[in-house]
Amino acid sequence: MKTLYLVIALAPLFASVVVGLYGPKLGRTVSHWLCILGVAVSMVASVFVWRDVQAGNVFNGDVYTWLASGDLRFAVGFLIDPLTATMMVVVTFVSLMVHIYTIGYMAEDPGYTRFFSYISLFTFSMLMLVMSNNFVQLFFGWEAVGLVSYLLIGFWYERPTAIYANLKAFLANRVGDFGFVLGIGLVLAYFGSLDYATVFAKAPEFANTTVTIWGDQAWSLMTVACICLFVGAMGKSAQVPLHVWLPDSMEGPTPISALIHAATMVTAGIFMVARMSPLFELSETALSVVTVIGATTALFMAFLGIVQNDIKRVVAYSTLSQLGYMTVALGVSAYSAAIFHLMTHAFFKALLFLGAGSVIIAMHHEQDLRKMGGLRKYMPITWATAVVGSLALAGIPPFAGFFSKDAIIEAVHLSKIPGHGYAYFAVMAGVFITAFYSFRMLFLAFHGKPRWTESAHDAGEAEHGHDASHGVGHEPDAHHGVDADHPPKESPWVVTVPLVLLAIPSVYTGWTYIEPMLFGGYFGDSLVVRPEHAVLWELKNEWHGVAAFVQHGVMSLPFWLALAGIAAAWYCYLVNPALPERLKRLAGPVYTLLDNKYYFDRFNDWFFAGGSRKVGGALFEVGDRGVIDGFFVNGTAKVVGLAAALLRHIQSGYVYHYAFTMIVGVFALLTWWVGR
Amino acid sequence: MIPYLSLSIWVPILAGLAVLVLHRDSDAHRARWVALAGALAGFLVTLPLFTHFDTTTSALQFVERGEWIPRFDVWYFLGVDGISVLFVILNSLMTLLVVWAGWEVIQSRVAQYMAAFLIMSGLINGAFAAMDGVLFYVFFEAMLIPMYLIIGIWGGPRREYAAIKFFLYTLAGSVLMLVALVYLYNVTESFALQDWYRVPLSLPVQIALFAAFFLAFSVKVPMWPVHTWLPDAHVEAPTGGSVILAAITLKIGAYGFIRFILPILPDASRYLSGFVIVLSLVAVIYIGFVALVQADMKKLIAYSSISHMGFVTLGFFLFSPLGVEGALAQMISHGFVSAAMFLCVGVLYDRMHSRQIADFGGVANTMPKFAAFVMLFSMANAGLPATSGFVGEFLVILAAVKANPWLGFAAALTLILGAAYTLWMVKRVVFGAVANPHVAALADVSRREFWLLAVVAVAVLAMGIWPKPFVDVMHVSVIDLLAHVAKSKL
Repeated sequence: MKTLYLVIALAPLFASVVVGLYGPKLGRTVSHWLCILGVAVSMVASVFVWRDVQAGNVFNGDVYTWLASGDLRFAVGFLIDPLTATMMVVVTFVSLMVHIYTIGYMAEDPGYTRFFSYISLFTFSMLMLVMSNNFVQLFFGWEAVGLVSYLLIGFWYERPTAIYANLKAFLANRVGDFGFVLGIGLVLAYFGSLDYATVFAKAPEFANTTVTIWGDQAWSLMTVACICLFVGAMGKSAQVPLHVWLPDSMEGPTPISALIHAATMVTAGIFMVARMSPLFELSETALSVVTVIGATTALFMAFLGIVQNDIKRVVAYSTLSQLGYMTVALGVSAYSAAIFHLMTHAFFKALLFLGAGSVIIAMHHEQDLRKMGGLRKYMPITWATAVVGSLALAGIPPFAGFFSKDAIIEAVHLSKIPGHGYAYFAVMAGVFITAFYSFRMLFLAFHGKPRWTESAHDAGEAEHGHDASHGVGHEPDAHHGVDADHPPKESPWVVTVPLVLLAIPSVYTGWTYIEPMLFGGYFGDSLVVRPEHAVLWELKNEWHGVAAFVQHGVMSLPFWLALAGIAAAWYCYLVNPALPERLKRLAGPVYTLLDNKYYFDRFNDWFFAGGSRKVGGALFEVGDRGVIDGFFVNGTAKVVGLAAALLRHIQSGYVYHYAFTMIVGVFALLTWWVGR
Repeated sequence: MIPYLSLSIWVPILAGLAVLVLHRDSDAHRARWVALAGALAGFLVTLPLFTHFDTTTSALQFVERGEWIPRFDVWYFLGVDGISVLFVILNSLMTLLVVWAGWEVIQSRVAQYMAAFLIMSGLINGAFAAMDGVLFYVFFEAMLIPMYLIIGIWGGPRREYAAIKFFLYTLAGSVLMLVALVYLYNVTESFALQDWYRVPLSLPVQIALFAAFFLAFSVKVPMWPVHTWLPDAHVEAPTGGSVILAAITLKIGAYGFIRFILPILPDASRYLSGFVIVLSLVAVIYIGFVALVQADMKKLIAYSSISHMGFVTLGFFLFSPLGVEGALAQMISHGFVSAAMFLCVGVLYDRMHSRQIADFGGVANTMPKFAAFVMLFSMANAGLPATSGFVGEFLVILAAVKANPWLGFAAALTLILGAAYTLWMVKRVVFGAVANPHVAALADVSRREFWLLAVVAVAVLAMGIWPKPFVDVMHVSVIDLLAHVAKSKL
């Protein structure tokens, strides 16, 4: 089996390296087939492994020793259990869909082969991350996906906004990694190993260990270590306040927004915390922090989804909010619900992103929702799949999102973790907002009167100019976009087939997997929950099958909140389109706050980016140039020069100077000698 | 038995002298080939040091001993352990690359240029292999001369200021070291390092000697606040000079810490470890911020070097196997990565005759292959896993967290700072639209430049993916070193 695991990880890497080095020589067709083949091999093998794991075959073994120092060994190895296998299938499946979709989406781009090389490299990195059996390899995958994300956000490196966004993404992630590395360091310091199995086995021994961090205050080791690790998850999974990079990451081509910034990479933090459940379970405080941060992200990022006009940014804020839901689930120890939501979300969010991409192609790289409308007629497949995605996102039964989201809400409801009250309110309110912004997007893009029949050169152009600008090499006439004579067309099959293939699991994975994943033994020993946190056990007592769950669901608040959200969106954007403008004016300051994304970006630019440049400038000018070089180094040189200049006067060359000096000296010596 | 260490010292030196014979301009081409042959021979003779190395013992290997100045008991005493052997090989490899890198770039006084590098290579190998105090001192000081000439003759516009600053700074630093060496001779009546490892010394004496050695080596590393010669030297030095300076000569300062300070003065080292750790962390953080605001690419990389070397001294003074091995891994990695970064700047400088970040922008448009290399080396500089830059930083951070979480906290800031200054430079130089007609006219890397960078790229990736062989070589020697540090000499 080990060989098969290696094949799964290395097939995309091989394709990536070959296409990366020889892509231009191989040509587009060979390149994309090679990459697709690599990922397809991974996917088929992953499904096989997944079934094998379901049969109870868990694997934990090393491939090679990366580094050894005495008894300490860091290895590269695989841990294949139900958690990993689920992630492998999700990652390779979405990746394969995105690979196929890319053929259509990037068709006109001169960086075509480079793009394929990157997304295959991403697949490899993500697989290494989820398949790891130790912290070092986890960190490798963690950073490698960050690198590919950086490269892909900046894929159109000529755009100033893109290279600003990718630097921002990398640095925000590095802030998370900073905490992550400290967490890993603490684990090694106390557990003496970075191997999962060893660490998790030892964890209970350290449940009551304390460390002093500041003064005499004793902190629980597990709390400190878990919060450090969670900071890493906050970076990667874009939790407040490290979320700032994710909306800007939309500067990258849409396929990677779907793959990396919605379905897979951003869920790495969720996966990591679930993987570390044996550690997090030992710290009530850490779980509470996770809950509160997740709830804050879930609610406050959803608000921002309402005021976005860029179709991709609506989906981006929705992703942030949904990641918040998953994080809340982690915080209330409903790890399997988090992974369940991760899975359904991967399908329907990738679907929504790729759907948005399909719209963007049809609109000739126009991303402003205010210039769309009425596309349903022209793009029936895209529309239908977008409806499926939106219903799943809004949590309407029987779509997948309903089951995973309702499970999270129920789990929060049953939780006793500090902060659960706030979290429950946040996830509840979030349901309404989620439904509202998803259907706002759907209605603005696909329904109502077409707004693209008006001239493309209206006022909105200047304001959202960069969103409309397009990648290198899109032929200039594409700039004119669509109008009444050139209506949008449905996208080619390479685009629509992945949409349909993603719509299918967005429908059925909910009711098929809720029972085994949440209440059955699906995850086996890969997730650990302590009895006092076992909210899903309590939920299980109320579980009477899918039908009863749906029945209970439609009679409880979240469902009605979601319907209300849809209705509100319908009223605001289809029935009475003047209303939003009026509300905007009414809500004045609140709207300004939302429009400025709570001023996070401005604060970061001013305080962190500007501040560090000021600090650096001050240290350089005052420290290096002023004190060290100016005073000490060149000062020493000056003193030597000055002393030499003074001493030079003594050596005047006149004999009477020397004679006089000598007489004074003799006199002084005699005085001293006699006086002694 | 073949005296590999002597060969690694004298083959390049003799080759350098041979090249000097071809000093006429008409012989320039021949001089290049002779130099390349000499550098290649110098590299090949160091390979047996690795292949025949016994990783199970901390004893000196490839020992050569002959009387040199019997009156003062000075010996021509060479030997390597698991720590120094890696640097001899690294140095010889870098010399080969530097000779190759200067191939078409250097047009004036070719023979002298090549000879200076070859001779310096031999001297540096001598410093790494010397096990006699006087022999070490001679090599240590002698290698200043070729570097001084390289900066002073083939350097930039302010080369004289930089060369003199470099020379005086390092010379002033090492004056007291000579006193310390003589003092140790008076106590032990021997110049053999191994005798010094055994001699008992009182704490005040150890502290005084510590100060003397510390001054010499900390200037070389360089540690904050005696680092200001390095940015000037780098900016003015030709590409080859910067490569050797960053990749090798800085390492000799760090090497001095583990060859002299830690084992000879264990009590003072432990007593003053807090002081050194603080200076190291200041280097990591303060210099990280300073690097952020540099407008000159070479200066930025020079500051980044200082910041990375802060990890080396930090790792040493944590006194744990992980810390020291991380520090040594960082030294080797920094040899590759800083060399690569300076080579990359050299590629741009040769085309544009500017190192100002502001003069560039959008280089990726005209030099895609080059951009890929820059990306790889920048990521290594930022310590990304699977590159060599990760190994040392990661191990040192782990060791620091174990010693005290706050040390780890301060050290780990490099994750953010290192990425910030490196990638911000990449953003401004490599990415973006073509900034000006000069950038539009840039030609991508030549075949020579490509293979040069490819060799380093392979080394960077290999060490990142599988650092075990490197650490295995040093492990036993590191344990032995730490045993010395742990044993009081009072």
